[in-house]
Parts: sequence; C-alpha cells; structure tokens
Amino acid sequence: MSKTIVEKILSEHSGTDACAGDIVVAEIDAALVQDGTGPLAVQHLQKLGMEQAAKPERTVLFIDHAAPSPRKELSNAHKILRDFAKKTGAILSDVNEGVCHQRMVENYMNPGEVLIGADSHTCTAGALGAFATGMGSTDVALGIASGKTWLRVPETFKVYVTGEFKKGVYPKDLMLHFIGMIGADGATYKALEFCGPTIDAMEISGRFTLANMAVEAGAKAGLFNSDETTKKYLKERGRGEAWRPISADEGANYERVYEIDVSELEPTISAPHMVDNTKVIKDVEGIRVDQVYIGTCTNGRIEDLRIAARILEGKTRNPHTRLLVCPASRDVYLKAIEEGLIAKFIVAGATIVNPGCGACVGVHGGILGDGEVCLATQNRNFRGRMGNPDGFIYLSSPAVAAATAIEGVIADPRKYL
Amino acid sequence: MQIKGKAFKFGDSISTDHIAPGRLFHLRTNLPELAKHVLEDADPEFASKVQPGDFVVGGKNFGLGSSREHAPTIIKLAGVGAVLAESFARIFYRNAINIGLPVLICDTNQINAGDELEVDVSKGEIKDITKGITIQAKPLPDVMIKILNDGGLLEHFRKHGGFALDA
Ligand code: SF4
Repeated sequence: MSKTIVEKILSEHSGTDACAGDIVVAEIDAALVQDGTGPLAVQHLQKLGMEQAAKPERTVLFIDHAAPSPRKELSNAHKILRDFAKKTGAILSDVNEGVCHQRMVENYMNPGEVLIGADSHTCTAGALGAFATGMGSTDVALGIASGKTWLRVPETFKVYVTGEFKKGVYPKDLMLHFIGMIGADGATYKALEFCGPTIDAMEISGRFTLANMAVEAGAKAGLFNSDETTKKYLKERGRGEAWRPISADEGANYERVYEIDVSELEPTISAPHMVDNTKVIKDVEGIRVDQVYIGTCTNGRIEDLRIAARILEGKTRNPHTRLLVCPASRDVYLKAIEEGLIAKFIVAGATIVNPGCGACVGVHGGILGDGEVCLATQNRNFRGRMGNPDGFIYLSSPAVAAATAIEGVIADPRKYL
Repeated sequence: MQIKGKAFKFGDSISTDHIAPGRLFHLRTNLPELAKHVLEDADPEFASKVQPGDFVVGGKNFGLGSSREHAPTIIKLAGVGAVLAESFARIFYRNAINIGLPVLICDTNQINAGDELEVDVSKGEIKDITKGITIQAKPLPDVMIKILNDGGLLEHFRKHGGFALDA
C-alpha cells in the first residue's frame, strides 16, 4: 500500500505494515532529555531499577534550559544528569553546547530515523526526513532504557506550499500564518508533511523552523522529504554517508491537504497569548516593545543571525528597548563570531547571551517585568512563558525582531532590506 | 473507578505554562512544593481550594505547550480526581495517562463551576449531581485503558517486562 513518510518510517522501525491508526511498538534510534525533564526521567528509571541506556551513543542529555545554572536547585538537577551520563555512557551536552533541538540536527539525527525527546519541540528533526516527537519524562525514560517506545501511527495532513516569498518574508512567517489558519489545535494527534516547490527550494534552516513549530498546531510530528538539500546539510556536518532519500509514495493517504501560496504572504506576528492569534505586520506596527529576543531552537541559527545583523548593521537599538541575541548552539556562536556578526550586534547595543534556551522558557537571562512587552523569535507566547504571567509576548521572524529593536516599536523590516 | 468531587472550571487553551510555569522551573525536582502552585497562572486560588477528588474542568486544547510531565503530575498530587475537557493537547493527554491521572473528553459546557460531579472513569460517565444530568465522555482508547488499569506506564512496563500494547 502507498505510504506517507510517517507510515514508512514507523513500518521500518516496528517490523509491521504500519498504517495510520495502528498501535506499534517501535525501535528508536535516538532519545533526548533536557534539564527540565531529564531529572524526572532519571528518577523514574531509578525507581524501576533500570538506570541504563540501551543506546548510550544516541542518548543525549542536555543542560540547556537553565544553563549556566541560576540557582542551587537547578545546579542539583544538573548533577542528576551528569551522574546518569557517567553511569550509563549517555552523551552529556553541557552548558557550553546549546539548545537540544539545534544540537540534535547538527550532530545526531539522520533521515529515516526515529527520535523521541522529553521536550515538545523534538519535532524539529523532522526537517531531516526523520520521525521525531515530543513526549513526557516517563515515555522517554522507558525509551532510553529499552530502546523502544509505543506509538499510535498518526494520520497525515499534507501541506503543499507554492510561490516565492516576497522580500522580507520568511519561513517563520509562513508557519505563523499556517498556525493562525488551522489553529493551535488544528493538527492535534496528526503528522504534518510539508512539500511542494517552495519547500523543495527552501534551505534547511527554514525547514527546521517549520518542523520546530509543528507542535504549535498540535501535531505529533512535522516531516519533510530527504532530498539534495538534506544531503548537502549532512555532508557539511560530516554525516554525508548517513543520507538516504525519503519521500511519501505516490497515492499515499492524506487525511487532509492544505495548499498555501506564499507569494502574497506578509510579515506575520503572533500576538499575546496564543500562537494562533496571528496578525499581519500592519495591524501591530507601532506597539511599544521593551525587549527584543533573537534566538531559540526556532530562529537562533546562523541564517537567522545573518538576517538580523544585516538589518542592524550601522544602526543602534532604541534606548527604550533591550536587545538580547542568543545563538542556538556553540557552533552557531562560533560561526557568528567568525563572520563578524557578533561584533555588529554588540555595536548595535545588543546583549549576547550564551547558547541555550535563555529567556525563552522564563528561567533566567531576560525575564519580563510586569506589563512589559517582548517581541521574540521563539515558537510560543503563552501567558507566563517568559517568566512573568504579567508579561506580553509577540512572535516574529528575525527580520521583524531586528527592525523592532531599532525602532523600539513593532516595525516592518522591509524598509531596511 | 468512581470519583466524587466538585468542579473547578477553566477556559480554553490552558497551557502547561498556566499549570506549571517556567518561573518555577527550580521546583521541578520538588514536586510536592511545585504542586502548591498548580494552575496558579490560571487561578491563583485553585491550589488552596482544591480538595481530594475534585475535578479540573477545562475547555478546548487543555494542556497545550510543553512536554513537562510535571504538569499532570502536580494536578494529580494536588488530589484532583480527573481532568475533563472538550479536547486535550497530545503530549499532556499521553503524560496524564502515563502517570495515572484520568483524563476524559466530554462536553464540558454543561458543567458549571462548583457543580458536584460523580465520575465513572471506565464507563466514561459523568453525573452532574447539582444539575441532575449525565454526560457521556468519549471512550478512552484501549491502549490508554490498559495503561491506566496497570497504574500508569512505569507499572505497566514493570508488570509486563516491556510494552504489551500493540495489537
Ligand atoms: S529554545 Fe525555547 S522552545 Fe526551544 S527548547 Fe529551549 S525553551 Fe524550548
């Protein structure tokens, strides 16, 4: 029978003819936890007397959400992960390395593989043609220990994208637009398969942004074909030999098909307190912003920093607006230094925050004050997300963020491009 | 499984940030302490008012957001008997079952704050005693019933020496 990408990958990993709706027990290739979810996972395994990793070389423990630790409780939580790594041989990605999802695609994930992660944005790796999904500490703990997990094979929504982006409009705008269109629960329990000429032409960083936000529409995974772009990326990362082509079969069964033409798309913003509360730029222009945050697993890659630096070059941030720049990983950071981007940010008045989750999850490094407004390149803006339930978060592309830092109010980036 | 208690009503889109906010990240390894703040950003008084067996009654897409299992765990630790909602976000739903917190999908519009409820989880039957009506929940998928009956996924795994969930 013709299969979607998800059905193909889960068939291979369960040794069954997996179709949407089936319950399978699947082999997993890799697993991740982070410092917010990992300690509980380790405690679960201690309770079971199973402090072990079936695939230590593909089990990655990230210290990224509170890195470096801002308080002793978190330092102690980090110790749990460091000890578990020592005991089991699992890989520790410590405070210097960066955000889990960026590091997973940079160093560990390949097309056709299955990844489970105790973090909702684990779906990022779907951009490489893998099945990657977020779960809780219990699921991932058992996955780490046994090398397996149970899954209901999801139905797939096909998202067929055509047209060329206008100047100043990016994959982030497409994803915010799409989530606004179908709603924050529009794809609950489903897999999204992104395809079409616009996706074929899209560079890998844009695909990461789309896959990353699949969960913001409720989806279990966001998947892409593994093609020449994927191959090029894996080669650059020294894993060329791990490439294999992946795409859905002709005639595969889709529960729904969405067609989106991006050629008329405008810079798009999510307004507080929901990701699906989307607006086009002209409807939110002029709103005063106290803090701009450029970074995260959604838009903290070198391509994102290049866009922001280009706009900020030779300009300075508005004195009323703090500008935080947080490269998603150590490799991104180094590259940004080599390319001179970091210097441009500093000259423009930015504060550079070390690679990690930083302000995104509201633990440290950019917590909002009461009534303050932040415009961020991250993926969600729920009430309290950035550490204060009385803060307000708008989501945008790095270009809008850079223009907003200059003007101190939400601004259209196109006049700077 | 029969549970009796009072309904605490919440709106649509209660996120994991409402339930277990990031600013309390440092309490994640101290769940009893974190439970004192459960749902604080949706209703600051909830944690002090909730009694064992009471129900959290939400609207659409309950539990959206993060994968933090701490969210259903502290709802359970606070004594909540079950969460009823029109729909759930995927990860929250799976986490809740994994840790043994019953979650039922039903028409919660018919339930008001403060209503006395009696819930039969296995039958999916919700009696609103205050109103004198019975609301039928969507039956839980078989796989979820298996996990719940085993007392959560860890217990399931221990009992069967692995996953015994595929057909
Ligand atoms: S950057 Fe933000 S969204 Fe991404 S993993 Fe970290 S906290 Fe989560």
